[in-house]
Amino acid sequence: MSLHGNTVLAALRQRFNTWLFRPRIESGTIVLSQRRIFILPTRQGWALSIVLVLMLLGDINYNLNLGYVLTFLLAMMAVMSILHAFRNMAHIEVRAGRAEAVFSGETARFVLHFRNPDKLERYRLNLRGDNGDTVSFDLPAQRDTEIAFPLAATQRGWLKAGRLTLYTEFPLGLFHAWSYLHFDTRCLVYPKPIADAPLPQGNTPDGAGKHSIAGDDDFSGLRGYVAGDALPRIAWKAYARGQGLQIKQFSTLVGEELWLNLSDTPDGYLEGKLARMARWVLDAEAQGIRYGLRLPDAERHPDNGSAHRDACLRALALCRMDEK
Amino acid sequence: MNKPLVYGLLLGTLMVTAPHADHMPLWVTALCLSLLLWRGYLTYQGLPLPKRWLLTSIMLASVGGILISFHTLFGRDASVTLLITLTTLKFMELRTTRDATVMVYLACFIIITNFFYSQSIATALYMLTTLLVISVTWVHLYAPDIAFKPRLRVAAILLLQAIPLTLVLFVLFPRVQGPLWGLPQDAFATSGLDDKMSPGSLSRLTLSDEVAFRVNYTGQAPRRDQMYWRGPVLWEFDGVTWTQGQTVATIVPQFSETAQPIDYSVTLEPHNKTWLFALDIPGHLSVASNLTYDFQPVQKDTVKARIRYQARSYLSYRANLHEGARQIQRGLRLPPRLNPKTKELAAQWRAKSTDDAAVVRSALDYFNRESFSYTLQPPPLGAHNVDDFLFKTRQGFCEHYASSFVYLMRAAHIPARVVTGYQGGEYNSFGGYYIVRQSDAHAWAEVWLEGQGWVRVDPTAAIAPARVESGLAAALPDTAALPFMQRNPPQWMLELRQNWDAMSNRWNQWVLGYNAERQFAFFTRLGMESVTWQKMTLSMALVAGSLIALFAALMLRHLLVQKPDPVQAAWLRLCRKLSRAGLPRAAHEGPRDYAERIAAARPDLAGKFGDLAERYSALRYGKATGEQTQREFVHRTGTFKI
Repeated sequence: MSLHGNTVLAALRQRFNTWLFRPRIESGTIVLSQRRIFILPTRQGWALSIVLVLMLLGDINYNLNLGYVLTFLLAMMAVMSILHAFRNMAHIEVRAGRAEAVFSGETARFVLHFRNPDKLERYRLNLRGDNGDTVSFDLPAQRDTEIAFPLAATQRGWLKAGRLTLYTEFPLGLFHAWSYLHFDTRCLVYPKPIADAPLPQGNTPDGAGKHSIAGDDDFSGLRGYVAGDALPRIAWKAYARGQGLQIKQFSTLVGEELWLNLSDTPDGYLEGKLARMARWVLDAEAQGIRYGLRLPDAERHPDNGSAHRDACLRALALCRMDEK
Repeated sequence: MNKPLVYGLLLGTLMVTAPHADHMPLWVTALCLSLLLWRGYLTYQGLPLPKRWLLTSIMLASVGGILISFHTLFGRDASVTLLITLTTLKFMELRTTRDATVMVYLACFIIITNFFYSQSIATALYMLTTLLVISVTWVHLYAPDIAFKPRLRVAAILLLQAIPLTLVLFVLFPRVQGPLWGLPQDAFATSGLDDKMSPGSLSRLTLSDEVAFRVNYTGQAPRRDQMYWRGPVLWEFDGVTWTQGQTVATIVPQFSETAQPIDYSVTLEPHNKTWLFALDIPGHLSVASNLTYDFQPVQKDTVKARIRYQARSYLSYRANLHEGARQIQRGLRLPPRLNPKTKELAAQWRAKSTDDAAVVRSALDYFNRESFSYTLQPPPLGAHNVDDFLFKTRQGFCEHYASSFVYLMRAAHIPARVVTGYQGGEYNSFGGYYIVRQSDAHAWAEVWLEGQGWVRVDPTAAIAPARVESGLAAALPDTAALPFMQRNPPQWMLELRQNWDAMSNRWNQWVLGYNAERQFAFFTRLGMESVTWQKMTLSMALVAGSLIALFAALMLRHLLVQKPDPVQAAWLRLCRKLSRAGLPRAAHEGPRDYAERIAAARPDLAGKFGDLAERYSALRYGKATGEQTQREFVHRTGTFKI
């Protein structure tokens, strides 16, 4: 019976919370209307109420009329601070911005665009994630402000912003006014590349790798080395002949094609394989090699450039993930 | 913890504790000040805070010191001193926001302790300023990056909004008549008459400018030399000090009045004693009180708060015509083996006089004839101090004259006693009342004469008649150390002082004197029948609630009321006009679609409306801006006719 009662109570509480806090994931612009702002006393607020009760008892006992005045002044300042706290949050407009992709182990930055449409500045607003990290900021009057909320990316795949709490304890720290911001934004997290891994064998720039296709790498001559040139492009044979550092130039922009296969990785488990492949993608991109990607659930044809690199990393990030 | 925040807290604490310097031991004041300065220096230099063991030892030492200074840690002065010392010590380990919050609350609490000592207008204004300083720091605590000006603005707005609400609560909050528990003996600052008198006790009191009580006469005020405010009556003399002693009276005090009564009301400042003051022989008092056997009105409890009472007195009377034998005996008792020369003098007068009244006259003549002088700084007296005074020094204040006169009378077998109290008063023409100050403290004598009862005799009047006719300043030589204002100050200063006192009096009556009784009267006057605390609470909640709602509306009006765009408003008016003509705009229709439809339905409107719709979409969605264009559009929509 009592168990049943508890269940009913829990269900009721759940429904009440659902009604009160309306937990849902939103997109677009959220305007912090009165319905979205909640206010409760803080610990300091409760402490002040105890101090005020003690003061009131003293006033009555000692018949201190100015004591009454002071007690009431403090109490009314506390009451008015509720309005000020609400005022500090009310009608702020929030829109979720882009979150640039990061590598696992880095910090994702979820950008939120705040707009304060009011003539008064909003002071000391705090944005807190479920992990407890907090960012504090002010919002100048009638201005858009961009706030980046950092969230540690620990796993490849999609990192969701989750529910953020926007709160303020301004002006006296007696009341905690808060509102939930649960946007549908997410941040792509690439696998963390391993520190060092040579590209798959046979892909040295000067040799004809087994994956390279003849004709695409017509050697067109040498030019002098300039700081910043990729080391693999140095003509070591020419150097050995005593002609100084020379850089090989090819008739096409990218000299060779390299297929990066998941099955070529020596690692024993998927995350390790993906980490190695992320390293390969970065290195191949840096060396200017045309590279392709073969994954069990995706394939990217050989190409080069940052867009291609991002597409490859994205494929690695989402490899065998349910959510694409 | 940022530096300005620490400085703000230091300033606030300094401001709330400064008035206490007056009644704390000097070493505590010095200790607290140096602790605050130390903390200021450490913060300024960015040095680390002192070690815990050092603070603990300072704390233990100062608590010990306070215990030695006060012999207790309880009672008003000791606990206030302790609170302030611990507060300043807490500064030395102020690190987190939480510590700072504690400091803010402590500062607010210390404000209240100041009211134990003074609740004057000046104190109230000073503490209001202090509260503002504390609030600015308080706001700073929860918004560390906010600049000084907005911080001050927010704190000032909070305080200003709280003031009218406080007024409402002050008047309407259901009052409970205290005290809820016992008050410490020294709960309130008091100075005033004691129940004993020794050489120097009254002259010390006359140096104080403090108000003892204020008097409103209902009719004509009596002559100044008739204004004898009766206080403790002293019977027992040990050679130095006069005390009340144990009463042995068996006869109820009785008197027959012989002249028109005087009606008046007295607003008595708290003096922590049970007695009340009334003109000479009080017939009736509006507060519950008894008349002692020597005609002194006393109440059951000590006067801990300012009280006001009505009284009726008789200045001409026959008091206790038939005094009890034991009281007569008491009025004759003298310490043995003291002042032989005085006893001898009294015996001489007795021998050559026919009746008691003649002895009294001889004594007054003696004071008048011999070179006695009236001074605040009499030379010290020896063991036979009445002898010394009457025959050697001959310089004294009213207590010397009253004391030696009563001594002489008793030595001459005339029952006599010392009466202490106040004499005179200063008229305040702005308030229409008299102020009696501590400096009006006085002592006189009463002798019991056969057939006349107790008769007042003021020997001081024999030496310095100006004392009773014009006041203390007139009676003393110009060199005597008197409070400045007791001398003859310039007229404007006198007026200023009287104005100020009239204001203080109103403050006392309406602000400090507001209590459960007055609250009841207030509600009754508003027409509330059967005043209960529930009704009071309800009316308080209603009035305060509507005020808060008003503030909320004022604060949030910019946010809640979206000011409509004039262009949009004009367009909507235009659409309503057409709607009335039977051509309403569909919700999905843009201005151009609408214009096309109108043009089809009413070709006569096509040109004009088409133009307006074009202008509207340019203003709203296109590049057209500028007030001129807007005004033009609004004007044209206004003149549009169907």
